[in-house]
Amino acid sequence: MATQAAELVFDEATKLYEGREEAAVDRLSLAVPAGDICVLVGPSGGGKTTALKLVNRLITLTSGDIRIDGTSIMEHDLTELRRGIGYVIQQVGLFPHMTVGANIGTVPRLLGWPKQRIALRTEELLELVGLEPEDAKRYPAELSGGQRQRVGLARALAANPPLMLMDEPFGAIDPIVRMRLQDEFLRLQHELRKTVVFVTHDIDEAIKIGDRIAILREGGRLAQYDTPAAILEHPADEFVAQFVGGDRALKALALHRLSELELRPVAEADGAPRVREDTTLRDALARFVSEKSEVLLVVRADGTPAGAVAREDLLR
Amino acid sequence: MIVAAGPVIPNFGRGSPCEVNNGTFCTDWVRAHWSDTLQPALVQHIELALIAVAIGFAIAFLLALVGLRVRVLDAPIGYWADFLYTIPSLALFQLLVPITGITVLTVEIALVSYTLLVLYRNMVEGLRAVPAEVIESARGAGFTRTQTFLRVELPLATPAIMAGVRIATVSTISIATVAAFVIPKGLGYPLFIALREDVFKTEIFAAGALAVALALTADALLHLLERALTPWTRRVRHA
Repeated sequence: MATQAAELVFDEATKLYEGREEAAVDRLSLAVPAGDICVLVGPSGGGKTTALKLVNRLITLTSGDIRIDGTSIMEHDLTELRRGIGYVIQQVGLFPHMTVGANIGTVPRLLGWPKQRIALRTEELLELVGLEPEDAKRYPAELSGGQRQRVGLARALAANPPLMLMDEPFGAIDPIVRMRLQDEFLRLQHELRKTVVFVTHDIDEAIKIGDRIAILREGGRLAQYDTPAAILEHPADEFVAQFVGGDRALKALALHRLSELELRPVAEADGAPRVREDTTLRDALARFVSEKSEVLLVVRADGTPAGAVAREDLLR
Repeated sequence: MIVAAGPVIPNFGRGSPCEVNNGTFCTDWVRAHWSDTLQPALVQHIELALIAVAIGFAIAFLLALVGLRVRVLDAPIGYWADFLYTIPSLALFQLLVPITGITVLTVEIALVSYTLLVLYRNMVEGLRAVPAEVIESARGAGFTRTQTFLRVELPLATPAIMAGVRIATVSTISIATVAAFVIPKGLGYPLFIALREDVFKTEIFAAGALAVALALTADALLHLLERALTPWTRRVRHA
């Protein structure tokens, strides 16, 4: 499989379990452009994990098709298909009997890379996910939860797969470390530009991580598939509106930064509190409230004034 | 009762005063009879136990594969191993001799039977205890079924399997002394002779001590092997 990002297409993908009336995934059709992060989100019973596992055939399709760069997953040899897809799960599933280095080198070993190349790749990946070179010799039991998840990510990235499947990868991690891992993951993705399918039940995580969000409802039916902004601003129906929450207007503000606004002249913010231009509109609104101010002075990263913003500007 | 033929003159009927008086422990007897009695018995004992544990391991392993794959068979295999384990060894010898004769085979069938219970149960439990998410990530990474078994499940079940092997080995070394009721082999034989000959204490203590020492040594060696095979079990997070 190519190491470039791959386009992923669900085409009427359906999973029915024998003896159950309702489908787990019901005629799911959506296309993830190469290099995008598609977040599958929804209540439990929405079939998001099932949909994810259909892709690497840990669960077998009942009907419909899934194509990677135009080729049906059913046409690939099963083990080759899986070796070409990075897979990260919530419980991490590191091999406890292997060192961190051996865990990361799993897929390259299966692919028969020479030892030297595996060692170099492992070193590179440890640095990429923010671990120390010495960590290669440690065992998973010696790591913290956050470190284990970094190793899980490095293992999935090892053979540079064009497609990554991530099943609630940060779900079992405390909120502070989770935020950091999310930020680092986005920074990595900015560099690597993989096609990623990311499952979460947390709408805030979905909004933060996703280029596109697929909201699945009970019975594995797709309720809406769109960009985070479009979903927050124009929820397709009552279910989506409820799922994204009553504060969706605030969440939408978090998607934009002051630098995207047309700012007023600096003179209008004489003596007003300063705020950096990369602040999100949501955080800027919080500043207006906490500073009890009508106007803020927007400054660039180097501290020079960029313009002024008034409270009413945010509410438009 | 099948009884192996012994020498006509009691071992302690001659030799040093200690031997003639059947003293508690005559080192001169041990020295004189190490090479013609004790050492051969020890070597035979090791052979009997080694063969029994090795064959028992192979059979239990195959049964465990069947028991894990075909769930409905797990309980019957377990009960059958239970049943074998509960048959008294002397009774089992009596049952087998008409079929397999007064042979090493008879002894080994009995010894192997006693290893199956602990080996089978530990293998099945050990393999079953491998976390589902570890197997899932192996499958997801593109391990074949066989690779998942050999490279992930089997290594992770090693502590449980080795615990079974240690118990099976120690108990086989102990039970193998009873083999002397059928064949003149193993450390049970000098014990058996000494008991018949008006309880010659030195020979009983010497053969008994060797059996105990053998069991402890085997257990210690297997413990070292287990440590070598499972380095990850001794590393935990120090934070």
